[in-house]
Amino acid sequence: MNETKTNVQSNIPVLDRWNLEIIGIVLVVLFFLVAPFFIYPVFLMKAMSYAILGMSVNLLLGYVGLLSFGHAAFFGLSAYMFGHFAKEMDFGVALSMLIAVSGGTLLGVLFAMIAVRRIEFYFAMITLALAQLVYFFCVQAEFTGGDDGLQGIPRGEILGFSLLENSHLYGFVLLMFLFCLLFVFRIINSPFGEMLKAIRENPERVTSLGCSPRTYKFIAFVLSAFLASIGGALKALVFQIAALPDVHWLMSGDGVLMALVGGIGTLIGPIVGALFIVWAQDGLAEIGMSVVVMQGLLFMATVLLFRKGIVGELGRLKKYFR
Amino acid sequence: MANKFRTSRRKVLSMGAAAAAAISISMVTMGAVADEETFKIGILTDMTGTFSDLGGPGTGVAAQIAIDEVGGSVLGRKVELLIADHQHKANVGLALAREWIERRDLKAFVDVMNSGIAIGVNKLAGDYKRLAFYSAAATDKISESACNEYGIHWNTDTYAQTNAVASSMIEQGLDSWFFIVADYEFGHAMQASMDEAVKKAGGTVVGAVRHPLQTLDFSSYILQAQASGAKVVAIASGGQDTVNTIKQAQEFGVTQRGQKVVALLPYLSDIHAVGLDVMQGLRFIDPWYWGMDDQSKEFAQRFFDRFGKMPTSVQASVYSSTLQYLKAVEELQTDDPMTIRQYFLDNTLNDAFLRNGKLLPNGRMTHDVYLVEIKTPEESTGEWDYEKVIATVPADKAFRPLEASACPLR
Repeated sequence: MNETKTNVQSNIPVLDRWNLEIIGIVLVVLFFLVAPFFIYPVFLMKAMSYAILGMSVNLLLGYVGLLSFGHAAFFGLSAYMFGHFAKEMDFGVALSMLIAVSGGTLLGVLFAMIAVRRIEFYFAMITLALAQLVYFFCVQAEFTGGDDGLQGIPRGEILGFSLLENSHLYGFVLLMFLFCLLFVFRIINSPFGEMLKAIRENPERVTSLGCSPRTYKFIAFVLSAFLASIGGALKALVFQIAALPDVHWLMSGDGVLMALVGGIGTLIGPIVGALFIVWAQDGLAEIGMSVVVMQGLLFMATVLLFRKGIVGELGRLKKYFR
Repeated sequence: MANKFRTSRRKVLSMGAAAAAAISISMVTMGAVADEETFKIGILTDMTGTFSDLGGPGTGVAAQIAIDEVGGSVLGRKVELLIADHQHKANVGLALAREWIERRDLKAFVDVMNSGIAIGVNKLAGDYKRLAFYSAAATDKISESACNEYGIHWNTDTYAQTNAVASSMIEQGLDSWFFIVADYEFGHAMQASMDEAVKKAGGTVVGAVRHPLQTLDFSSYILQAQASGAKVVAIASGGQDTVNTIKQAQEFGVTQRGQKVVALLPYLSDIHAVGLDVMQGLRFIDPWYWGMDDQSKEFAQRFFDRFGKMPTSVQASVYSSTLQYLKAVEELQTDDPMTIRQYFLDNTLNDAFLRNGKLLPNGRMTHDVYLVEIKTPEESTGEWDYEKVIATVPADKAFRPLEASACPLR
């Protein structure tokens, strides 16, 4: 691999893109360190856990070219499992989170075994169908509490820090969030990540090189489910509730929307997208305007006006600053 | 050409970004100014969904009438009403509740709709020591197992709603029951109360089926109800769900085949939506009816002038809780929740909604409720004239007595 190799889509040399991503990460870290002094911390924590979902969708959509409509299943199941083990079993935050994320990832393995056999439209439909199965399981299952949701999940403590304190909780969520961000950064800048991009561009070529695209897709899908599960468990921890909207397909849609608005195939795009979407959801609930209508308009605006998303378009402006 | 297009797109983008930035800056500064000055009370409700007619925007109007009645301010601060649409999502509702308390220093919730969300808010209110008044939520748990010193249940609950009705219907020989239940906290509580009441009065429950909130197609549930052979098909849901169940039961000919369809908690808006020809003759407990006397008619007229519809019992109850709370704050010159609670415990309250209102230590506001019958189309003198009061159930008989309460507060 030499340094002048180009990324097919963005036409930015690899090293350059790498630098941009480092700058992006630094900016994100600075933002989330400074922001809680000015912005309501719970809002930021919500944005972070949603951003993790956005990143997981983006990992598939942006780097492998797989549009998944099933990520709410991992997000929601993990939220429910975290809530159940933390509340009913009294397992504590760390252990409950471990179990919840493992559960979500395992579900990802199941999904992947079926879904990666198909491509494009069929892939999206299969993930959607599987996620709906999980949704209706959660509607019927006793432990989810039906429309009331699983309420009053204890925040507890971790490594001796009481998470009842908003600042401790913020620190914990930020750490998990950064872990996910660096995790994605590592994946997409590894030989494995290069293979994913190659599959996105030309799967037949990859096969001709002697690699199996399906295996790579399988692994990418499971990694993506792993990330979405972390997001779900964190969300349940922050809001002390896991409920049906977390597993509903609209949540999968939110994940796709966040990636799309922020910029698919960019590292920090989903984070910007998540901040934007969460801001819109919270702001509009009080104004009384329909959140869903506004999200639809936003989606159309993105597709028609700035198809590469906020971060993608900003990346294009970069050449003027040389 | 292509180049030109690109420039315009960038322009649009930058203009959009600038506009978004300007909006967010102005929202932040507006929020900051408002937060110092006003005395905030809040309503979490359903603005567009299945219960929006019985509560929804109308509860905001009712609360505003109460605010205007105390002169728009208490303790020298302007009263600001926050009202938000939780869309029946516990997620959204509890996040909003938390934000209102933590960031905007909300003093009290004057209504929370959806029993499941209300129980969550009640816990939050207890943790943060804020008063919370409930009118639209009807689960009896608010003053039972989920009770605390900060939650006050102003309107009717599932116990009050079921007891008298079950016994009076069973006396008429309608002694086998089937329930169609909304699958969330309210439905579950209603089913449990009804189960208890029917068995106490010597009836039998032959079955029950649960449907998700905001269901549109009730056919499979209605078929099960028909197959059960029960004499009474009781509907334990509310708003649009109740309306849809009744209408579809009508289409399936449930009544024609000898089963009686009853709604356990119909609201004025439901009767308005279904129509008297279907609803006539139904007896139920109504905590308040706009046409019951001159005082209630006077409030109803004020409400109608602003909103164009007659108030439901929920909306009247929100008016009442807002009014009594603000009056107490002004009279006691404090917003301390415990002082205000003590004031409600010590005094008997009366207004357009409350008759002989007396707060019990478990958070139950007891007041007179009414056994009503829905008029026939011939009896009705016009739009909104739907109910006649058969009997008054006095405050101390209407609700679960304190001795039988599961709440440890005495």
